[in-house]
Amino acid sequence: MSDPLLDVENLRVSFATRTGIIEAVRGISFTLGRERLGIVGESGSGKSMTGRAILRLIRPPGRVEADHITMHGEDILAASEARMRQLRGGRVSMIMQDPKFSLNPVMTVGQQLIDSLRAHEKLARSECRQRAIAMLDEVAIRDPERVMGLYPHEVSGGMGQRIMIAMMLLPGPEILIADEPTSALDVSVQLQVLDIMDQLVKNRGMGLIFISHDLNLVAKFCDRIAVMYAGRIVECCKASELHKAQHPYTLGLLNAVPDLEHPRPRLEVLQRDPAWREALSVSARS
Amino acid sequence: MTDTAIDIQNLDVWFGSGRDRSVAVSQARFAVEQGESFGIVGESGSGKSTILRAIAGLVPTWSGDMIVAGEALGPRRSKAFYRKVQMVFQDPYASLHPRQTVDRVLSEAMGLHGLTDIDSRIPRLMENVGLGPSFRFRFPHQLSGGQRQRVAIARALACSPQILLLDEPTSALDVSVQAEILNLLTDLRRDHGLTYIMVSHDLGVVGHLCERIAVMKQGRIVEVLDVETMRRLEAADPYTRQLLDSSIQSSRSV
Ligand SMILES: Nc1ncnc2c1ncn2[C@@H]1O[C@H](COP(=O)(O)OP(=O)(O)OP(=O)(O)O)[C@@H](O)[C@H]1O
Ligand SMILES: Nc1ncnc2c1ncn2[C@@H]1O[C@H](COP(=O)(O)OP(=O)(O)OP(=O)(O)O)[C@@H](O)[C@H]1O
Ligand SMILES: [Mg+2]
Ligand SMILES: [Mg+2]
Repeated sequence: MSDPLLDVENLRVSFATRTGIIEAVRGISFTLGRERLGIVGESGSGKSMTGRAILRLIRPPGRVEADHITMHGEDILAASEARMRQLRGGRVSMIMQDPKFSLNPVMTVGQQLIDSLRAHEKLARSECRQRAIAMLDEVAIRDPERVMGLYPHEVSGGMGQRIMIAMMLLPGPEILIADEPTSALDVSVQLQVLDIMDQLVKNRGMGLIFISHDLNLVAKFCDRIAVMYAGRIVECCKASELHKAQHPYTLGLLNAVPDLEHPRPRLEVLQRDPAWREALSVSARS
Repeated sequence: MTDTAIDIQNLDVWFGSGRDRSVAVSQARFAVEQGESFGIVGESGSGKSTILRAIAGLVPTWSGDMIVAGEALGPRRSKAFYRKVQMVFQDPYASLHPRQTVDRVLSEAMGLHGLTDIDSRIPRLMENVGLGPSFRFRFPHQLSGGQRQRVAIARALACSPQILLLDEPTSALDVSVQAEILNLLTDLRRDHGLTYIMVSHDLGVVGHLCERIAVMKQGRIVEVLDVETMRRLEAADPYTRQLLDSSIQSSRSV
């Protein structure tokens, strides 16, 4: 295999709080090639912190440690803050889990899309505007011209999510970290959005880290899956082999999904075993 | 006292005025019985959240008739109204005050409505939504997305309301926590006769909790169907059929 786009070895993220140290990520290793890597896992298992750590977006008192994090061979842990700003939103982008919160509340959607594109490419304003509208259209936003003029609080949840996706895709990143990018979207819009990401992976060789709590979706959309539990990767498999999953946590997840066609009076809930926390991380290097 | 918890007639909601006026909801009508659970599904941007926000008194520009928990709604909501009706927002981050700990959020929600033994209620409330005691003194930025959402749910439950307006309450949660929250909602309804309106894009979730479901497209309710009809995929409206088709396909083929 050629050099991975991203190589992460023994990543740890911790926070010092008044009541002690919280270990959000406890030593995980993975690589990302020109592929779709899914990260699933329960709420609080460290998925978002993993994404933010790669972009060095964790602020003190948060601490990030790793044996190494390299992007195209470049050492991210040692890079200057100026270099990181250059990388972020250009070669590597992250679609945040809280789209509306991540947008600037006092700027229109259009201004933000145009500015983010201009920050990385020397283009005329009018051309940026055209590209922004075309991208909103691609993510299935109705009446993109109107939406360009709206402020973030004036768009719906699903629109906010798609605006964030459009903004991150516009500069054509090499690595995209998408944190729950489609959680507010209905299935048909979801498919359109996934299709755009898919095209970028296939045609432009982008590497995608797709963070989601939706196992079925990840199984269908990704190439490989890493399952996180309590800050560790407890299982890693090809997406096509998810049905052979072994870890009781993964199996428990598969059983908890409500299904329109097969109603049940109560949903199964997971009985968490304290031993799962202690199991060592498995490596998701390929 | 009637058996109808929520009665909405000819509801229009718009934003802006003059040339900038855009209509978000037009001529919505539906009624929800006491103890019933009513779902709203539909296209993104079709006005689902706007209906809930109008009921909760968060959008001033509406017309029509709304009777909720025995009150005919005007431009303002009374304090008593919020004791009876609570909302869980789609956007939990924006709805939590950044400088308030979980403890503060929950005690204020209870204090506001004159509840006592707050100190002993808080851990129970947190446990109900699957948050251990270690989260009690954390700030919103110290929580993951799903943990914040659970704080928002706990806050809505804090004053023991009769009616809950739930806007995508579980979409930020992994399926195991989602299952716990849905079971909690089922229990509360059984034990205390709560009434729900739930917006979700996940038909599995809506089908699990709701007896009747409204389908929205571009500001209009195109169809209201009961869950059995939905399960048999016998929708009358073409948009509903399309929604059902794509959802069934995506849940089947794994
Ligand atoms: N600033 C902080 N201080 C203390 N703990 C934090 C902080 N930020 C996050 N955490 C904790 O780190 C853990 C991992 O958080 P993370 O946001 O990565 O979870 P997640 O897997 O993305 O969950 P979700 O699916 O709910 O979004 C959580 O238990 C969270 O409470
Ligand atoms: N404050 C506002 N000002 C202007 N337009 C608004 C405002 N709030 C909502 N809208 C518009 O109203 C329409 C309906 O929004 P709403 O949030 O109700 O959609 P939704 O059905 O909940 O969608 P989603 O599933 O994406 O959350 C959208 O076109 C939105 O842009
Ligand atoms: Mg997260
Ligand atoms: Mg909404």
